[in-house]
Amino acid sequence: MKELSSSAIVSWLQLLARIYEEKKDYLTGLDAAIGDADHGANMARGFAAVAAKAPQFEGKDIGFIFKTSAMTLLSTVGGASGPLYGSFFLQAAGKSNGKTSLTAADLGACLEAGVAALTARGKAVFGDKTMMDVWLPVLDAYKASAADGDLVAALTKASEVAKTAAAATIPLVAKKGRASYLGERSAGHLDPGAESSSLLIEALLTIARQ
Amino acid sequence: MKKLINSPENLVVEAMEGMEAAHGDLIKAHYNPNFIVRADAPAKGKVAILSGGGSGHEPLHGGFVGAGMLDGACPGAVFTSPTPDQMYEAGKAIHGGKGVLLIIKNYTGDVMNFELAADLLKADGIEVESVVIDDDVAVKDSTWTAGRRGVGATVLAEKICGGAAAAGLSLKEVADICRKVNAEGRSMGVALTSCTVPHVGKPTFDLPEDEIEMGIGIHGEPGRTRMKLQPADKITEMLMDPIITDIPYKSGDEVLLFVNGMGGTPLLELYVIYRKAAAIAKAHGLKVSRNLVGSYITSLEMAGTSITMLKLDDTLRKFWDAPVKTPALRWGV
Ligand SMILES: Nc1ncnc2c1ncn2[C@@H]1O[C@H](COP(=O)(O)OP(=O)(O)OP(=O)(O)O)[C@@H](O)[C@H]1O
Ligand SMILES: [Mg+2]
Repeated sequence: MKELSSSAIVSWLQLLARIYEEKKDYLTGLDAAIGDADHGANMARGFAAVAAKAPQFEGKDIGFIFKTSAMTLLSTVGGASGPLYGSFFLQAAGKSNGKTSLTAADLGACLEAGVAALTARGKAVFGDKTMMDVWLPVLDAYKASAADGDLVAALTKASEVAKTAAAATIPLVAKKGRASYLGERSAGHLDPGAESSSLLIEALLTIARQ
Repeated sequence: MKKLINSPENLVVEAMEGMEAAHGDLIKAHYNPNFIVRADAPAKGKVAILSGGGSGHEPLHGGFVGAGMLDGACPGAVFTSPTPDQMYEAGKAIHGGKGVLLIIKNYTGDVMNFELAADLLKADGIEVESVVIDDDVAVKDSTWTAGRRGVGATVLAEKICGGAAAAGLSLKEVADICRKVNAEGRSMGVALTSCTVPHVGKPTFDLPEDEIEMGIGIHGEPGRTRMKLQPADKITEMLMDPIITDIPYKSGDEVLLFVNGMGGTPLLELYVIYRKAAAIAKAHGLKVSRNLVGSYITSLEMAGTSITMLKLDDTLRKFWDAPVKTPALRWGV
């Protein structure tokens, strides 16, 4: 069965830097509609800083890579998404310390710890129109299909669910984050954090397939 | 987009350099991580006060650093919360042995980043109190949502707490005064135009020539409702009514009335707003004993105004009147 090596994880982080740079205006546009027009810039800035650390990742375990990424995101992203994604990677690091590759079960443990960190930091629940609307069903879908140990199959399912879940934030009225200030006017728009989260899962699938 | 900038990337740092060049007698800037502190930091033997937030609200917060107000301020990217490492380093740089008060505007990003910074400072053995300001009546308060935004009352809290800290009050006492300002202060704002975030290059929302956004915050975001432009007196009524009825302020209360410009509205118009706001306050039996008129908490070049009212007692009035010497507010010195 396929595993994700340290270098695959580094490729994933580098791919994310490219994706968030490409989608910067798109994500910021989503945030302009219901937030403050900075989400794309925040994500691009943060992941560019992570990708710039790639030389330090050479020969290192995944725990180190995740922890360094977490600290980098915390100190460069700002906004709500900085502490959220930062906490996600920090807790994922705790589950991958000393590991130089991740099995389907290892990745599941990382995701589970990461999502728990998002809940602890942001205190949002499913349906609040935040990135949790993606992460909670993604975690469930991943766990359900990773049971038989196939990492690519589990990520394929997770990525499908992520896309549907992100789109499902459109009709919702936001209860957390900046969009909640708009009340009813937040309905009819895709949540930027849900979309950036979905892109993150999709990129991991792209790497796992290689 | 037409802006007096060299590049969106360097905007915040270049503005910090300019502030330092202009006000080096009052403040000093630290880069990477970015923060501004009093020129004589750390001021020993008093509570240190730290605030911060996205850039684009100038003079908030950096312009309020100096004797009698903030000890430090952390500017983030435009409209984006600063990061915990900035707040942590700034907190250490200003700590004078009596603890650090963090004044935080209630935005998810600011709250989460300051929470992380508070943990880092506490881990170093520094005493920390955090107060979250949420005075915006346009947003319905609820424990299920992000709650109300922190707007105009932040300026008043920073001034009053600065006075209290300079008078030698303890961390707990200064924090309690800050909570009191938040409890007794309320705000509401209106936008006549949107604003352009430099790295975005176009206005955050489109507003037709004859329409306004009522119930805005300070991040160029749309408000609660869009409506037709009205005469200033009518708009002032629409801002004052929800403020007065929120706590509510009662006949006989002594208040501070703060009419704030959003960045693109001339003082000439702000005084037209103040004239009516003061008349409305009087008609409600409120005694306006202190005021502030001008652009102190802004949203880049947005045209518009916000009104903040704060119920005063002897303590709050005393610390409001206390001397202050900062780039943007100065009296009694
Ligand atoms: N409490 C929360 N829990 C989980 N996710 C949240 C929460 N609040 C906001 N988010 C997510 O963060 C995204 C916005 O991130 P962004 O980078 O734009 O920060 P921001 O909210 O603008 O921060 P700031 O208020 O400091 O400017 C939202 O689209 C949402 O998915
Ligand atoms: Mg945003």
